[in-house]
Amino acid sequence: MKTAVCVKQVVTREWPLRPNDSKTWIRDQDATYEMNEPDAYALEEALRLKEKHGGEVIVVSAGPARVQQVLREALARGADRAIHVEGDALAYADAFAVAEALRAAIAPEGVDLVLTGLQSDDQGFAQVGVVLAEKLGMPHATIIMEVEAGAGSLRVKRELEGQFFQWVRMPTPAVLTIQSGINTLRYATLKGIMAAKKKEIKRLDPPAGARSRQRIVNLYLPEKSKQTRMIPGAPAEAAKELVRVLREEARVF
Amino acid sequence: MILVITEQKDGQINRASWEPIVAAQKLGQPVKVAVPGADTASVAAELAGAQVAEVVRLEAPELASYTADAYTTALAALVAAEAPDFVFIPHTYQARDYAPKLAARLDRAIVTDCVAVKPYEGGFAFARPVFQAKLYADVVLEGPAPHLVTFQAGSQKIDDLARGAAPAPVRVVAAQTGAVRQQPEAPFREARQAVDLTQAERIVSVGRGIKAPENIDLARQLAEALQAELAASRPICDAGWLPMERQVGSSGQTVAPRLYLALGISGAIQHVVGMKGARTIVAINKDAEAPIFEVADYGIAGDLFDVVPAMIAALKE
Ligand SMILES: Cc1cc2nc3c(=O)[nH]c(=O)nc-3n(C[C@H](O)[C@H](O)[C@H](O)COP(=O)(O)OP(=O)(O)OC[C@H]3O[C@@H](n4cnc5c(N)ncnc54)[C@H](O)[C@@H]3O)c2cc1C
Ligand SMILES: Nc1ncnc2c1ncn2[C@@H]1O[C@H](COP(=O)(O)O)[C@@H](O)[C@H]1O
Repeated sequence: MKTAVCVKQVVTREWPLRPNDSKTWIRDQDATYEMNEPDAYALEEALRLKEKHGGEVIVVSAGPARVQQVLREALARGADRAIHVEGDALAYADAFAVAEALRAAIAPEGVDLVLTGLQSDDQGFAQVGVVLAEKLGMPHATIIMEVEAGAGSLRVKRELEGQFFQWVRMPTPAVLTIQSGINTLRYATLKGIMAAKKKEIKRLDPPAGARSRQRIVNLYLPEKSKQTRMIPGAPAEAAKELVRVLREEARVF
Repeated sequence: MILVITEQKDGQINRASWEPIVAAQKLGQPVKVAVPGADTASVAAELAGAQVAEVVRLEAPELASYTADAYTTALAALVAAEAPDFVFIPHTYQARDYAPKLAARLDRAIVTDCVAVKPYEGGFAFARPVFQAKLYADVVLEGPAPHLVTFQAGSQKIDDLARGAAPAPVRVVAAQTGAVRQQPEAPFREARQAVDLTQAERIVSVGRGIKAPENIDLARQLAEALQAELAASRPICDAGWLPMERQVGSSGQTVAPRLYLALGISGAIQHVVGMKGARTIVAINKDAEAPIFEVADYGIAGDLFDVVPAMIAALKE
């Protein structure tokens, strides 16, 4: 089973987000970065499929030079090699431009399976995997919670709304978008980190003509829909006041 | 003209379908509503009650159970024939599965998870959450029509739906689906859950702010002092710190207790849809700008590891 896993580098969850001066993106000059969470689960699933069925795991990321950090991390966790489609504009590109960049990297590899996360933590398009499937001419399924791989076919468990699930069969090669929680993540070992230093990261230029079709014209903090009563003071006093308010005013116990 | 693509399963309309109709009506353009399926008569009759120009029953036996391949091919042909200015779709799990593919097939721009449409330089900008709803972005789409827009559930009030004086005309269109590669099995639920949070009077819910599994006990002590059930956001259940059956949100339980106390939960939409019906919502979060405070009645911007022990002490007094 030859699998490509698409991993995106996103700002760390704790990073204090502020719009830039033109309000078209965040101020990210000195931001810290990490692997998009569902992509880590997608990588883990690919590593497990390899352990079971053999094959190769290739990690692919599109973005500026800094995204090599997540590629190295994926290599340290056990991916065999990496492809980096390098372009500064890919950091803010829409799903079409990103999917086109990933397609250019993945199409020549002749993979059996492409895994992506279901959604990125920054843009949150929930599109790249599905658009990539269409561009590669492969069938796909989204929000996957279990993968059974057979010869030339897959049976996958889709998460649906209202706590429903559904098994779907399809031929390979195919694209799956992976939901967080599908498996339990492994972390890189020292040995893995050392081994990753010798693994290849192939660099590609973004394909010509992959233009974004959407642009952000304003970025802002959410508007409040409800009056929240913030309880001020040192933790001990605030806690005491909260208990009093809940008991005497909200009367919830 | 705006074409709205609705969603039904076994003759039951997905309620989220009404919201893009409301959004389309608000823009003051003619609205057509399409409903894909194998037997859509009753759903079409229901949809025809809305003030719309026409309801299109997009029918084929292959559309009886949803597949991305069949829906994309059938809908791409319908959109090409109708040539709308916009295609509005509810941002359901099903739309997540086919709408980006439909946009790619049509080679048109798409914006997902839209919460509001705003006038912008003679056209429109679409507001949507980014960075897990910690920020919002107004997005402008480029390139030829139609532009596709998926609407977040709850972004429009279904009560705002304009109803027609007479039912809208209904037309049947026979769909071509082409080769379908996915073979879906019947949807199912996992075995019945031992924990029924829907009946709980009070809930203490923990999020990733709890940091480590050993800290769950602190939340448990607070729950005991409040005679509350313990619940969690998805990452806590994904990590196995609490069982899945205690998860609240779009892929967990939907709860409506008298008190919902969120500890270290950021307030992502997929969590909020599962608890916004609570009568009193309290949030304790060290980030004063966390989105959870947008839905909270009471809040403390502080470290839960300071606030919670003090609450337990105050409750014991
Ligand atoms: C299709 C889909 C379905 C999903 N279904 C669900 C679902 O059913 N339920 C669900 O919950 N999520 C669901 N999610 C995930 C959801 O989008 C969020 O990722 C998740 O809810 C975030 O969980 P969290 O708030 O615990 O974590 P985070 O977003 O990481 O937030 C942690 C919070 O803790 C605060 N914090 C940190 N330390 C402290 C401290 N010491 N004291 C106080 N506060 C602190 C931080 O400021 C932050 O706000 C789904 C996502 C998708 C895409
Ligand atoms: N720049 C990128 N490089 C690699 N993979 C990406 C990139 N952007 C998105 N993806 C993949 O596509 C998934 C969905 O992203 P999105 O459509 O932005 O929500 C992510 O979870 C990643 O697996």
